Amino acid sequence: MTLISDEARQMIGRSDPPIRVDVSRRDIIKYSIATEQVLEKYLNGDEAPPMFLFGALRDITPIDQLGPDGIASASLVPDLPLKRVMAGGTKTRYFCAVKPGDVLIAERSLADMYEKSGSQGPLIFLVYKLIVTTESGEPVVEETQTRIVR
Amino acid sequence: MRRLDEIRAGDELPTRTHQPTNVSLFLYNAAIWNAHRIHYDERYTTEVEKHPGIVIDGPLQGDWLAQAVMNWLGDDGELVEFEYSNRRASHLGDTLVSGGRVETVDLENAEVELSLFVRIHDGDVTAPGRARVRFKN
Repeated sequence: MTLISDEARQMIGRSDPPIRVDVSRRDIIKYSIATEQVLEKYLNGDEAPPMFLFGALRDITPIDQLGPDGIASASLVPDLPLKRVMAGGTKTRYFCAVKPGDVLIAERSLADMYEKSGSQGPLIFLVYKLIVTTESGEPVVEETQTRIVR
Repeated sequence: MRRLDEIRAGDELPTRTHQPTNVSLFLYNAAIWNAHRIHYDERYTTEVEKHPGIVIDGPLQGDWLAQAVMNWLGDDGELVEFEYSNRRASHLGDTLVSGGRVETVDLENAEVELSLFVRIHDGDVTAPGRARVRFKN
């Protein structure tokens, strides 16, 4: 018996609305200090560290829309019989460095959904695709993110 | 600049010790706009979500893996591909170590594959990773 309903499966292919990110030198510096970077190009904000976009692309959710745990409800999560969502792996392809002044467009979609049997019970894998481009459509980053529901 | 033919499979990347503090975790979560209470509210973290202590962010450990690559690579090349996962939790007070090693050297395409790790000092790997870099020469 499948745990993924037809209704849930119909979410495959759906996307969040694209977001636009204006990359600032000051945000790069803040991130670089917070992550204790050592390379001058990052600490000076001349270039963003590879993981900078993880934070830069997060939703800026108003406080009154955060849950009691402090986090916003996740988008593109189908209604599933299993409820505990955990981070899986992340695989990123880099096409060019991110620099201050860049204007980026990011779009995230639910690319796939499948089941597996784990040693402690069934697991559902949600696979998301993140595509980041410049305003003119040049590729910057392509990422596959997996979340595991148990 | 290093020459690609000087790099060998099995070469170790320098290791680095990480000892996050309340202050560094606060700054990280502020920088990424993350208000999840398990990263700063100890009573909530232990009593409600039942973690043994303040949780060190998984993506922060991903960043340490990326730093292991970029600090080793310097200006000799560029990051092409990077992947990581969070295998187990770590908590405030843990001392963590990041590092990696060269797995393959592809002279034809000037690319090097690296395996990466963050582990608890003298303990288990918390975040394994892999990267592919391309050298300029």
